[in-house]
Amino acid sequence: MKKSSAEKSPAKKSPAKKAPAKTGGSDFYRLRLYIAGQTPNSIIAIANLKKICEDKLKGKYRLEVVDLLEKPQLAKGDQIIAIPTLVRRLPPPVKKIIGNLSKTESVIVGLDLQPVR
Amino acid sequence: MPYAKPKPKAARTSLAKTPTGIQGLDEVTGGGLPKGRVTLVCGRAGCGKSLLGMEFLVHGAIQYGEPGVCMNFEETEEKLAANVSSLGFDLRDLAKRKKLLVDYVSIERNRIAETGEYNLDGLFIRLAHAVKTIKAKRVVLDSVEALFSGIADSAILRSELSRLFRWLEDQKLTAIVTGEAGTNALTRHGLEEYVADCVISLDHRVTEQISTRRLRIVKYRGTSHGTDEYPFLIDQDGISVVPITSLVLTHKALTDRISTGIATLDEMMEGKGFFRGSSVLVTGTAGTGKSSLAANFTRAACARGELCLYFTFEESPSQILRNMRSVGLDLERWVKKGLLHFNAMRPTSTGLEGHLAVIHRLITQLRPSVVVIDPITNLVSPSGSYDVKSMLVRLVDFLKVKQITSLFTNLTFAGDPQERTAAAVSSLMDTWIVLRDSKPNGRPRRELYVLKSRGMEHSREARELIVSKRGLELGIVLKDHPQATTVEDPSAVAAK
Repeated sequence: MKKSSAEKSPAKKSPAKKAPAKTGGSDFYRLRLYIAGQTPNSIIAIANLKKICEDKLKGKYRLEVVDLLEKPQLAKGDQIIAIPTLVRRLPPPVKKIIGNLSKTESVIVGLDLQPVR
Repeated sequence: MPYAKPKPKAARTSLAKTPTGIQGLDEVTGGGLPKGRVTLVCGRAGCGKSLLGMEFLVHGAIQYGEPGVCMNFEETEEKLAANVSSLGFDLRDLAKRKKLLVDYVSIERNRIAETGEYNLDGLFIRLAHAVKTIKAKRVVLDSVEALFSGIADSAILRSELSRLFRWLEDQKLTAIVTGEAGTNALTRHGLEEYVADCVISLDHRVTEQISTRRLRIVKYRGTSHGTDEYPFLIDQDGISVVPITSLVLTHKALTDRISTGIATLDEMMEGKGFFRGSSVLVTGTAGTGKSSLAANFTRAACARGELCLYFTFEESPSQILRNMRSVGLDLERWVKKGLLHFNAMRPTSTGLEGHLAVIHRLITQLRPSVVVIDPITNLVSPSGSYDVKSMLVRLVDFLKVKQITSLFTNLTFAGDPQERTAAAVSSLMDTWIVLRDSKPNGRPRRELYVLKSRGMEHSREARELIVSKRGLELGIVLKDHPQATTVEDPSAVAAK
C-alpha cells in the first residue's frame, strides 16, 4: 500500500441482504483511516478495520487509507493528532476512533454500527 | 518595532542563545533562550505566557530573520491574529510572507474513542510539515497540556511528549512550551519533568487591590541567571521586563556638572550645580516650592537642548504648565519643541512594580538626560516602605547606569521629623535639598538648604527661597536659623 490513498469500493454485493448499497444513503459509511507509514500499528489497524467492515458493513462502506507521511497536509483537515485514527465521515456526525482498532467491540460502539439484521 | 531593540549582552558561557526580542528578557537571561532547546513558560491563566510565545515568534520573524511556527491548542488562527493585532502584529501578513505559521490543533474533549495502541505521529507530522513549509527556526506549543484533555491514555501521552521535546531538539529548533501552573508543581501536568534546560515562571499577583506581574527564571542550565522575580508589564507594545540592572555598584561617576536651574543654588554647590548622573532628593512640606524647583531644573536642562522626562503622580501636565507659568516658567515651549515629555499616572493605577516598569520602558524609549519624579510620596502611600525602597534602589541604579540625572520630590508633613520620613530613600540620594516654611517675626517665608551633596563642598547655610512671577531666587543667608547647620544626614557621615 504505497499509494497515498487506497480505495475500497464495496466489493461484492451481499446476496443475503435486502438491499444493495445505497451510495450516500443514511446507512452508507464513508471511513477514512489515517496512518503514518507501514508501522506495526498501521498494519494491525488496517487488518482489523477491514475485518470489521466486511463483517458488519459489507457493501455499505467505502474505506480510504491516508498515509500522512505522503500527504502531511491532510492531517489538519480532520484534526489528526494520534496515529492510527479512524474517521467516520459519513453518516454524520463525524466520529473518531484512535488506536489500532484491536478491540472490535469498542470499534463497533465507537462507529455506532447498527447490527446487521 | 515601536521600541528600541535591546542589545543582548554577550554571554560568558559558550551556550548559544536565541534572542527573544522582548525588552528586558534578553538582559535577564544573558542573551535569550537556549538555542536549539525547549524552554518551558508556565503560569496561571492570563499571566501572559501565550503573549510571550507570540512575541518570541514575531520578533524572531521580523528582527532576527528566523521564521516560526505556533502550534496552538487553544485558539484558532483567526482569534489569535485578532488578539495580537492590538500589539501591531500582523499575523496574516507574516503568514503570507512565510515567516510565521499558526496551526490550530483542536482537541475534542471526550469525543474521541480509543481502542488499542496508538502514538502521536499525527501531531509530529503536522508540526514537521509546518516547520518544513516555512523553514522555521522557532516553535511555540501553546499549550501542549490541552492534549491531556483529549488523550485518555496518559502513559502514551507522556512518553510521546518526551519524544516530542527530543524531536524538537534533534531538529535544532528553539522552542517555547507553555504550561498552566499547578497547585503544588510548576505545571498542572508536570511538564517541567521533560524540560531540562530552561524554565520561566510568570505570575500575576494582586496585593492591596493593585496587580503586579512578575517573571522568574526558575532554571537555566549552563547559564548564571538572576533568581529574583522581575516585574514586567504588558501594554500596547507587548511585554517588557524590568531587569534589576546592575547587581554590583559599577556605574561610572561623572565629573561634569549641570545647573540646578537657579543661579544662586548653583552658587551654594561650588557654583556649578549637581553632578551629571547623580540623584537629587527635594523634600519639603506642602507649598514650599518643590515642584517649582523641579520645573526650574527641567527648564535649564531643556534650554541646554537636553531631553527631559517628567513623571507626575499628583497633577496633570496642563496643571503643572499653568502653575509654572504663574511663577514665570514657560515650560510649554519645551513640550512643543519635543524636549520635555510629561507622563502623568495615578499612583494607584498600578502597583509599584508596574510604575517601575512604565518608567523603565519610557526611559529606554526616549533616552532622556534628565528625569524628574514628582513626587515619590504618592508612590509610598499605597504600600509599605520596604517595597518603595527596593523599587527606588532599582530605579536609582538604573538611572545611574544610564548616566541620567534624576530629581525626586518628596512631601514631608508638618511636625513629622523629616529625617525619618525620608530615611528610606535619602541614603540612595547623592544630593538632598530641604525646603521648609517658617514664620520668624510673623512673616511667613520659604527656606532652602542643602542637607547633603556627595562629592562636593556645598554650602550648609539656609537661604530664603523667593518664589515670584519672575521665577525662583534665593535670598541672603539666614543667620537666624541654627538648625540648618546642625542637621546631619547619617548616610552622609557614613560616606565620608
